[in-house]
Amino acid sequence: MPAPMSFSSSRNAFFGGVKSALTSVFFLVLAGTYVGMGALAHDFGFSSWWLVLSTILVWAAPAQVILLSALGAGSALIEAAVAVTLSAIRLFPMVVALLPLLRGPNTRLRDLLLPTHFTAVSMWVESLRLLPTVPYEYRIAFCNGLSVGYNVTAAAFGFVGYYLAAGLPPLYAGTLLFLTPLSFLISTARNAQMLVDRLALVFGLLLGPALAFFHVGLDLMWTGVVGGSLAYAAHRLREAAV
Amino acid sequence: MSAMAELSPYLVLILVGFLPNEIWRVLGLALARGLNEDSEVVVWSRAVATAILAGVIAKLILFSTGALATIPLGVRVTAAVCGFLAFVGIQRSVFAGVLVGEAVLLLGGFLFSA
Repeated sequence: MPAPMSFSSSRNAFFGGVKSALTSVFFLVLAGTYVGMGALAHDFGFSSWWLVLSTILVWAAPAQVILLSALGAGSALIEAAVAVTLSAIRLFPMVVALLPLLRGPNTRLRDLLLPTHFTAVSMWVESLRLLPTVPYEYRIAFCNGLSVGYNVTAAAFGFVGYYLAAGLPPLYAGTLLFLTPLSFLISTARNAQMLVDRLALVFGLLLGPALAFFHVGLDLMWTGVVGGSLAYAAHRLREAAV
Repeated sequence: MSAMAELSPYLVLILVGFLPNEIWRVLGLALARGLNEDSEVVVWSRAVATAILAGVIAKLILFSTGALATIPLGVRVTAAVCGFLAFVGIQRSVFAGVLVGEAVLLLGGFLFSA
């Protein structure tokens, strides 16, 4: 359990959050992830400002990778939107779990809008760990500082990756581009603690390319719905058998 | 990029990226009561999201475009497998896995790139 924190003002708490963001392990994770994302955006012909705006507005690395690769490969817009929204369902329970930590007796709805928007894996994990050590009246300010720290880090390293990919010879640019699938593969494997998540990972790895190879329409949606549901069914069967 | 040419890329970002993603956060704010992480709907939706992301990962590695496509398919797959094995073997460290995978890709790229 981290030591309790004390702050003299909301401003002080906000910068406390920024500092926590810049000194946490997620700083490195985000830097690497968004260097890869920047290279991917360059490769698919997006502008660097488009990438920055998507980092601020979408603020979910998986959704951004799906968006970039679907639009970049020329998929129909509705297909990209369906894949993005299916990847984002997980944000719902995360917000539900986070809000009770932020909500005090005098909290207004509009104060919760920013923390809601900024809910993503990095911020969520650190908030759940650190917020219990922050006094209630400063939690929202601290959480916003944490989010802004992570968001600015991601946006800045997105730029770095974008312009590195633009200037490097193909082999090195290819190495940067490889960061995205490689780091997502490994971090997804690490996050997959339960059998159902591991099966979903394996089914997705097999179904995604197979459906794309045979030019099945809405291939990403079917990869998710079929692969995810098969994994879920296996999990239920196993639970029923125990 | 063909579908994007007809609409402004920024409008596409809002309609196809921002809104379909943000709706789940707003729903969480609106319905933030009960629903724990182990409920069945949550388990299923996590599995769906994981499978989609895995599909995208595999497609990025197998059907690469641009600069990554100049590195042969066999090298890309070998590098991903080595990275994964390094992750499993070296204390489940994501950092070690990424480092080994990238090193194998770079080495293979030097030796086998056209």
